[in-house]
Amino acid sequence: MPTDAADVVVIGAGVVGAATAWYAARSGRSVTVVDRGSVAGGTTGAGEGNILVSDKPPGAELDLARLSSGLWRELAVEVGGFEYDPKGGLVVASTPAGFDALVALAAEQSAAGIETVVVPAGGLAEHEPHLTPSLAGGVLYPGDAQVQPMLAAARLLRAARAKGARVRTGVEVTGFLRSGDRVTGVRTSAGDLPASTVVNAAGTWGGEIASLAGVDVPVLPRRGFILVTEPLPRIVRHKVYAAEYVADVASDDADLQTSPVIEGTEAGTILIGASRERVGYDRTLSVRVLRALAAQAVALFPVLAGVQVIRTYRGFRPYCPDHLPVIGPDPRAPGLYHACGHEGAGIGLAAATGRLIAQLVDGERPDLDVAPFRPERFGPEVAA
Amino acid sequence: MTEFEFDERDVPFTDGQTVGAALVAAGVRSWRTTRRESRPRGVFCGIGVCFDCLVTIDDVPNQRACLVPAAETMVVRTQEGDGRGHLAV
Amino acid sequence: MATSPYDVAVVGAGPAGLAAAAAALAGGARVALIDAGRQPGGQYWRHRPGDLGAVADLHHDLRTFRALVAGAAGAVTFPGHHVWTMSGSAADGFVVRSVAGDDPRGTAELAARSLVLAPGAYDRQVPFRSWDLPGVYTAGGAQALLKGNEVLVGRRVVVGGTGPFLLPVAAGLAARGARVVGVYEANGPAGWARHAGAVARVAAKLTEGAGYAAALARHRVPFHARQAVVAAHGDDVVEAVTVAKLDHEWRVVPGSERVVECDAVAVGWGFTPQLELPLALGVGTRVDADGSLVVEVDEHQRTTVPGVYVAGEACGVGGAALAVAEGEIAGTAAATATTGAGPAAVPARLRRRRRALRRFAAAMHAVHPVRDGWQTWLGDDTLVCRCEEVTAGEVRAAVEDLGATDPRTAKLLSRAGMGWCQGRVCGYATACLTASACGSAVSALDLQGVSERPIAAPISLGRLAGDAGHTGQQ
Ligand SMILES: Cc1cc2nc3c(=O)[nH]c(=O)nc-3n(C[C@H](O)[C@H](O)[C@H](O)COP(=O)(O)OP(=O)(O)OC[C@H]3O[C@@H](n4cnc5c(N)ncnc54)[C@H](O)[C@@H]3O)c2cc1C
Ligand SMILES: Cc1cc2nc3c(=O)[nH]c(=O)nc-3n(C[C@H](O)[C@H](O)[C@H](O)COP(=O)(O)OP(=O)(O)OC[C@H]3O[C@@H](n4cnc5c(N)ncnc54)[C@H](O)[C@@H]3O)c2cc1C
Ligand code: FES
Repeated sequence: MPTDAADVVVIGAGVVGAATAWYAARSGRSVTVVDRGSVAGGTTGAGEGNILVSDKPPGAELDLARLSSGLWRELAVEVGGFEYDPKGGLVVASTPAGFDALVALAAEQSAAGIETVVVPAGGLAEHEPHLTPSLAGGVLYPGDAQVQPMLAAARLLRAARAKGARVRTGVEVTGFLRSGDRVTGVRTSAGDLPASTVVNAAGTWGGEIASLAGVDVPVLPRRGFILVTEPLPRIVRHKVYAAEYVADVASDDADLQTSPVIEGTEAGTILIGASRERVGYDRTLSVRVLRALAAQAVALFPVLAGVQVIRTYRGFRPYCPDHLPVIGPDPRAPGLYHACGHEGAGIGLAAATGRLIAQLVDGERPDLDVAPFRPERFGPEVAA
Repeated sequence: MTEFEFDERDVPFTDGQTVGAALVAAGVRSWRTTRRESRPRGVFCGIGVCFDCLVTIDDVPNQRACLVPAAETMVVRTQEGDGRGHLAV
Repeated sequence: MATSPYDVAVVGAGPAGLAAAAAALAGGARVALIDAGRQPGGQYWRHRPGDLGAVADLHHDLRTFRALVAGAAGAVTFPGHHVWTMSGSAADGFVVRSVAGDDPRGTAELAARSLVLAPGAYDRQVPFRSWDLPGVYTAGGAQALLKGNEVLVGRRVVVGGTGPFLLPVAAGLAARGARVVGVYEANGPAGWARHAGAVARVAAKLTEGAGYAAALARHRVPFHARQAVVAAHGDDVVEAVTVAKLDHEWRVVPGSERVVECDAVAVGWGFTPQLELPLALGVGTRVDADGSLVVEVDEHQRTTVPGVYVAGEACGVGGAALAVAEGEIAGTAAATATTGAGPAAVPARLRRRRRALRRFAAAMHAVHPVRDGWQTWLGDDTLVCRCEEVTAGEVRAAVEDLGATDPRTAKLLSRAGMGWCQGRVCGYATACLTASACGSAVSALDLQGVSERPIAAPISLGRLAGDAGHTGQQ
């Protein structure tokens, strides 16, 4: 491990920036995290906290998810305090054809090392007593887990601070310090911060940060609404979602897609998603989306019909055209690393992302080949 | 005078009174316990803002006693925690 | 529901909303009047159905009330309808969506070309030890039980907090036979002397105030200036409170604490305007002299969003008379705008009245501020968020330990304000505690972060889904 105290500046105090700061600080780096807003004030504070292996077909993202879910389990012990719950996921299909497709996917995932349990229609009630009886079957994924994302980010940052990291909120990155091509720090609303390494963990705004450095990283917002219910006892044991969710996640359609995703929380509220729309940063509340989410939730769990919704919120998932995150050094701007574009899986993938970035910065061999996530994969450099 | 059933007793009310007001008038100060510390709660804001006064009426939990007009056929019950313990799995 | 849109939808049938509806009707508009309550009158003219006579002595200016109700009679009314969201624009029209309280399946959706929002305010609260004990009420809550239900909150009642509103509360309780052990006003009344001009211009306020003072004297209710209820005591119900003298910053003067026995407490610290509906439409806001976030309005009560008008407490706490004046101006302007004409100049009579009443309100806020010292009354284990049972220590830890720098983040990290009431009760206190722990002052942005509630009233998933068959019991 190099002993020279390389300063790492992490842009973004969301869960990805927090995990990056933690792993970098733990390996002895001096780290400064800057965020123009607050801790977890971006998409991390506007989503849910599922750590899923179930929704990914075999491939680079599933490998990343597997690595990450193992790391989250460790972090729950090493850092803790963020409501880590290895509750497992249950994916259900409403039609026989859907069930067949689900079983086929499970077989592939299982070959890739994911634990899967096929549950025929008659067995669903044993796992989720309140599920509608009219389903064709499901697959249980014991490896799915959940965290409270804001607490996860805050706790990781706190742990990083305990190892000497600095967290500066309310500080906006406005440009980069350069020495030739090399990135040597950032310009901020509170002055220059020199650093030998800069990590772009700006989530949905990662593309804007990249363009400040004169490189193109196409991250765009994909809006999602969540409904929050009144506090309840544990009515839903697992994270439960419909098989169509997997297709929606992978969809390239800009139009609205909704599929029911239901998760209980330690606080008692149930969070109901998930919608996906490409409407820029439009924050307008869409009653059409809320209705669709409510109808789907009630269809899956009829018991929820009389349960009150007390809040809704929306977030903007950071997505890239190929639905893979951007992780690794940018050869077009040496010294700049990207850790953004995790779309609807940034909480789940944060631990692995932070770990890989820390390893790359340290010049270590990363746990996983990051080539599929390389930032320059999208095309030629844009003019600065 | 008209009455509604509250737990094992009858609580009188006059026309237009809310369930919460009738309970207070009958000397009942609290009719639910909180989810975490099991603390007693009754009316606080009186106008539907604070949700302290939640109560189970005709088997529907979490109704604001300070808003719901009392009615003779009502069965009002003390509520524990989220009021839906029977649904827990 | 309505197929052709209303010209004006008025939300809130309190003093401001009634006046707006009456004025809009007078201006020739088709008006819808929506209120969560079952009777018109709002907080000020609260009464049981049809039964104003029984509480007439507790009310003021019933002539105005009756005139406004008569004036608003041409509106299509939606009583018992709680608006949960609204959307739209002047260009495309607005949609107001509500939950009908009486009908378990009921929802109503109505279209309007313009909106007058008059959602009023609720008692502002600051926490103190054991303030969650049953028997501790908001001052407005005690008043609502009395005016709306003819029910006394207790036999031996302590009234505390700050602001002129404590006087009618105490006078009303005493008039109905409660023993009011004392009124504990945290500020000094001497402050009013500096604002004699503002008071003199609104004679009605003077007579009203003098009336309460006389009533309190008649019932031998002691008035204690610069004192506050700083703790409640009891196991399952309040049995006593600690009152104490306060210094200028509202810290307890050491040795001044006294325990006063009582069976009920009514506390209020001014009012918090109800802003979720205006905020849902994206209107501009500002921080008023009392430290509350309020909607910014112009001469015609227009907000920064075209077609949206706000009147009454939501654009600055100032009492019922001011609410009526603002409502009349807003209703007239909304009606004129929808019939195509630009707003005519506000009549001089109304302008003068609004100006005088706003001066009075400003004086009231200057004399009855809430000082930060209340934070020193709390233990780390004092509840701040009553719904999620989050303590002051936990809110502070969200800042000091977890790095929150604003109340929204403190909320997300501590759960204060994430429960049933969605921070309506604890939002102000959380904002103050967070700012203090950060060493900063509460900003408009801070308050906005705890005032936004995209779902303004709970709605069941079944109703939201529009699936009528599924609502109700389980
Ligand atoms: C509705 C919804 C549900 C979701 N559910 C899940 C789920 O169940 N599981 C899951 O894994 N993921 C989920 N996600 C996705 C997940 O929330 C995101 O992928 C993740 O939060 C991204 O984290 P981040 O740290 O990259 O970005 P963010 O949390 O957005 O952090 C980026 C930070 O960068 C800061 N920043 C931006 N520009 C600048 C600048 N110029 N200067 C300084 N700071 C700047 C921002 O202020 C922000 O705080 C969901 C998302 C949504 C919207
Ligand atoms: C509990 C209480 C008691 C009070 N008692 C007195 C008193 O006795 N004397 C006094 O001088 N002042 C009193 N006040 C102060 C009072 O706020 C003003 O004097 C006056 O009522 C303000 O008029 P307004 O029209 O602005 O609002 P309000 O009178 O508050 O009217 C607002 C109306 O809007 C409705 N509303 C709000 N949100 C929604 C929604 N989402 N959907 C549908 N309807 C909605 C409410 O139901 C309410 O009827 C009291 C305040 C409170 C909170
Ligand atoms: S007492 Fe506050 S909501 Fe009923």
